[in-house]
Amino acid sequence: MQEKCWKDKMLFRYLFILLVLLPVKVFALIEVDITRGNLNPLPVAISPLAIDKDSKENFKKILKKKNLGSEISKIVENNLKQSGLFNPLNKDAFLQKPDIANLKPRFEDWNLIKAQALVTGKVTFVDEKLRVEFRLWDVLAGKEMMALAFTTVPSNWRRVGHIITDKVYERLTGEKGYFDTRIIYISEEGPKTNRIKKLAIMDQDGFNNKFLTLGNELVLTPRFSPTNQMVTYLSYFRNLPRVYLLDIETGMQEVVGDFPGMTFAPRFSPDGKKIIMSFAKDGNSDIYTMDLENRIVERISNHPSIDTSPSYSPDGKYITFNSDRSGYQQIYTMKSNGKNVKRISFGNGLYGTPVWSPRGDLIAFTKLHKGKFYIGVMRTDGTGERLLTENFYQEAPSWSPNGRVLIFYRETKTNTKGEGFSAKLWSIDLTGYNERMVKTQTDASDPSWSSLLSN
Amino acid sequence: MNLSKLLKNAFLILVASVVLTACSTQKKTTSGQMQGDVYTGSDSVEYLASGVPDRVFFATNETVLTTASRETLRKQAAWLRKNSDINVVLEGHADERGTREYNLALGERRANSAKDYLMTYGISSDRISVLSYGKEKPVDSGSNPLAWSKNRRSVTVKAN
Repeated sequence: MQEKCWKDKMLFRYLFILLVLLPVKVFALIEVDITRGNLNPLPVAISPLAIDKDSKENFKKILKKKNLGSEISKIVENNLKQSGLFNPLNKDAFLQKPDIANLKPRFEDWNLIKAQALVTGKVTFVDEKLRVEFRLWDVLAGKEMMALAFTTVPSNWRRVGHIITDKVYERLTGEKGYFDTRIIYISEEGPKTNRIKKLAIMDQDGFNNKFLTLGNELVLTPRFSPTNQMVTYLSYFRNLPRVYLLDIETGMQEVVGDFPGMTFAPRFSPDGKKIIMSFAKDGNSDIYTMDLENRIVERISNHPSIDTSPSYSPDGKYITFNSDRSGYQQIYTMKSNGKNVKRISFGNGLYGTPVWSPRGDLIAFTKLHKGKFYIGVMRTDGTGERLLTENFYQEAPSWSPNGRVLIFYRETKTNTKGEGFSAKLWSIDLTGYNERMVKTQTDASDPSWSSLLSN
Repeated sequence: MNLSKLLKNAFLILVASVVLTACSTQKKTTSGQMQGDVYTGSDSVEYLASGVPDRVFFATNETVLTTASRETLRKQAAWLRKNSDINVVLEGHADERGTREYNLALGERRANSAKDYLMTYGISSDRISVLSYGKEKPVDSGSNPLAWSKNRRSVTVKAN
């Protein structure tokens, strides 16, 4: 298992060059079980990354950061803490200096503060670039578990912190991380009756927020492509609600298809080559796909009821969707050609927004029952329904790329005067533990998680 | 033992009657503006012309037109026949108690049931376009049954 890290081709699509420093074969001594709720997070020590005087001065000039080494370690620390699986220890208790710890940790010292894993490292300024090396140590066994180094442009320093977290997470849990990722969402401002909505994007930890539209037209339900930096969303540009495609690298956008009516509820196919969506005409919504290369439109469902919120299985062979053909909103699955339609939700209440897990085994959904909204998961045949969280209003779960965490949005109830409305992003572990509000600059809704930027 | 059972039963009856009175008083306060859960008041209603209301209201999760809605739409049809140069957009809406995408479809269906009715009263489909806003444009920002009933609506808006 531990060899997987070294075998992975660290080909960073953009700016990263990754070098494997010391591929050491060791036995996985620390194991974090992520399949159950973790009430006992693993104590880890994140030693500030060591930095020499010259490098410090250079980065201070370029990035306006006093000590880039400790800034990067703060990102790692925060990510690990947010995951709920780790408990980063207070730095005040650290006995060993960062530079010495990185060379050869005195394990007794780290053992004394009950750290089970230790992250050390070094930051240097080389040829106008940022070079970072880091090591992960097993404190109890007194062994190095991993050592990596990479070089990038200094402005990418936050991503360095996320990539280190992904590597540490993967090494300790045996599963890919989800930290070097972004969230596309809808930023909201203004009163409920006159809400201004903008397309916005940020890093998974809320930093580097950027607005992608100005708020002149209503925009809704952005979704990331699982393969590249494309986003599909619904825009009311010129009061014509249509599905759009946006390249977030270039800013280019276009309407998807020329449908004689409203298109909505778009998502990408797992290979990123098709958009699946609803098309509403004459009071009936059905599911269609459009091939982005040859622009061929295919009708997938054909039923007088409302068919919407389609989502592909990760192998592209099946589709889950929302339909009220039974009289009320329920969740269905079908083959990707529209055949073999099966209802899978049979619990009490209404079900909506089904999303297939990237691992393939579960479907996340929103459930409405007795005036409460729930986010839950069920197996793809509808069995094993598990409700993760209950509230006045919440919906639209989106999976982290490793299928371990769900992000969704929650709205508050207004008072009798209609005041006190807010919409925020929240995340929760698949286990139902570790529910957290995700900080955003403005009110926010409709989050969609990107895949890992580096893999 | 028997006595305690008796007391328990008496207590239950007492609780039930309290609950029942609570229900009936609650109904009374809203009955002026709602029938079932369909809005019947005129708080948010605007007028296309004197005596021609611009909107019709729906029950939760429903797209069926009520008797009052059909009467409103017949008035709109008569007005549209008299003003043959006017085209309209039917804007369909839902309340906040539903998932966003389903509500977009629901709004579209509501506006279309109003459109179908106008067409049976002789208004050409060329003069009517449909636009669903789902739950994006509530008229009442309250989180209560009365506010939701005002928001479940199809509004006829002059397009020109």
